[in-house]
Amino acid sequence: MLIGTPAEIPARDITPEGVYRQRRRFIGAGVASLLAALGLGLPSLALARTPTGRILDYRKPGAFPSDEESNSYDDITGYSNFYELGSGKSDPQANAKALQTDPWSLVIEGEVKRPVTLALEDLLSPHAAHPLEERIYRLRCVEAWSMVIPWVGFPLGRLLKRLEPTSRARYVVFQSILDPERLPGQKSRLLPWPYQEALRLDEALHPLTLLAVGLYGRVLPNENGAPIRLVVPWKYGFKSIKSIVRIRLVTERPHTTWNRHAPQEYGFFANVDPAVDHPRWSQSRERRIGEFLKRPTLPYNGYEQQVAPLYRGMDPTALR
Amino acid sequence: MKPTTVLQLLPWPIALAPLGWLGIRFANGALGANPIEAVIRELGQSALWLLLATLAVSPLRRRLGWPPLAVLRRPLGLLTCGYALLHLGAYGGLDQAFFWPAIAADLTKRPFMTLGLAALLLMLPLAATSPRAVARRLGATAWRRLHRLVHPIALLALLHHYWLIKADYRPALVETAVLTLLWGERLVHGVAHWRNRVARMEFTR
Ligand code: HEM
Repeated sequence: MLIGTPAEIPARDITPEGVYRQRRRFIGAGVASLLAALGLGLPSLALARTPTGRILDYRKPGAFPSDEESNSYDDITGYSNFYELGSGKSDPQANAKALQTDPWSLVIEGEVKRPVTLALEDLLSPHAAHPLEERIYRLRCVEAWSMVIPWVGFPLGRLLKRLEPTSRARYVVFQSILDPERLPGQKSRLLPWPYQEALRLDEALHPLTLLAVGLYGRVLPNENGAPIRLVVPWKYGFKSIKSIVRIRLVTERPHTTWNRHAPQEYGFFANVDPAVDHPRWSQSRERRIGEFLKRPTLPYNGYEQQVAPLYRGMDPTALR
Repeated sequence: MKPTTVLQLLPWPIALAPLGWLGIRFANGALGANPIEAVIRELGQSALWLLLATLAVSPLRRRLGWPPLAVLRRPLGLLTCGYALLHLGAYGGLDQAFFWPAIAADLTKRPFMTLGLAALLLMLPLAATSPRAVARRLGATAWRRLHRLVHPIALLALLHHYWLIKADYRPALVETAVLTLLWGERLVHGVAHWRNRVARMEFTR
């Protein structure tokens, strides 16, 4: 059961297969055969990882089905921004063990009538109140790359509504784990920790907004924000906060980590918008990981039809 | 082979090895999910470190008291310029697939790119006056004066790096420390040199 009826993803937003199917292997294909001929082909340099996490019980396909080809497990786990585990794209995977996810508790509090604390098992096992389902979403990073990711999770709105937000609730604040003893990026204070993100309440209640606990049918790997993370597919990736320990409903608009670090570069709303450039690069196109040619970036990352009504009548400059 | 010939050839295999390794990993799909970004970044890093190596030659030569080291400057400088050109080529050819409107917009609208371009353009006259015949025609004084451009180039390249960083400044801080050390040595040396000259002038007066 879902809240509301998911609108169909318009067919024009789904990139025609053949056009963009220039996978990475084709880039080096010519060079690779040359190297192979010279005896320099070293396929062992690029061994694929096999997913090992616990298999989840979930519904597939879930809402908002997509026929875009998902990125590989290797690409999704080996390339991510998770500064708690280091600033390089492969650092999170290399340092994944530093993140302790068991035991875990997620506190939901503030302007709700029924605050709760959820343990790891409450989140991972199928729960009558928030059954798990697959959601295949595009993820558009503010750094102009994108992926298609098969998450497993449940809509945040469903959980929040059950806790009965009060009439004073306007924003939802999320905080990630704080563990400077173990997390290398917190040890070296790369950002003011803990990482904090926030949504307006109506954004948080939108049926697209997901709390993800899994990837490719198994529990989330640490490098992707285990055990529970947010996924807001129409916003730049930094809004989709990882490894959440606290969700708080509040009245005033809270600060958010990257926005405070560099307000001209990372907005509060951070809706994907090809017309508004980052100061250091254009946002009009993006590289889908695995492809050679860049593709045009779509307003709201292609979810315009579903989410544009949230912002109707708002001053576009206030939306950044 | 004369020792200076060996010295002059030495930087080529050492500095080109990372390029070979990068090529092998690229062709084998071993550069991670975003190989184009990895190629651009590694080439940029190589260019910057070779630039710092070039700048280290004179201070080292003075501190070690071994004048023949000076022959390292030419190969190191040319390799720096080569890596910088490949770095630009990787950005223009791989990242942008020679999509000129986007390249032109980037180079003019993004200050970090403009600084990189300025550094690269300033390198070109230095590379062009590197062949011995050209250098001789230019004359030693003019050549030396022209090649002082390496200092603003280093500054521009470092600013280029700082400007593109999101939050983790540590690699750029290491580069800054090295550059400061090298410039510091030059300053100390320059002051001592100038004092000597003043002292000699007073002595002869
Ligand atoms: C037209 C000239 C240049 C252009 C268009 C250019 C462009 C770029 C681009 C697009 C990046 C990657 C940014 C990112 O991935 O976020 C980069 C990084 C870099 N570039 Fe350049 N660049 C130029 C010249 C130079 C020069 C002359 C040097 C040094 C001598 C240099 C050194 C670097 C360094 C050190 C990095 C950072 C690598 C890292 O992140 O580890 N660049 N440049």
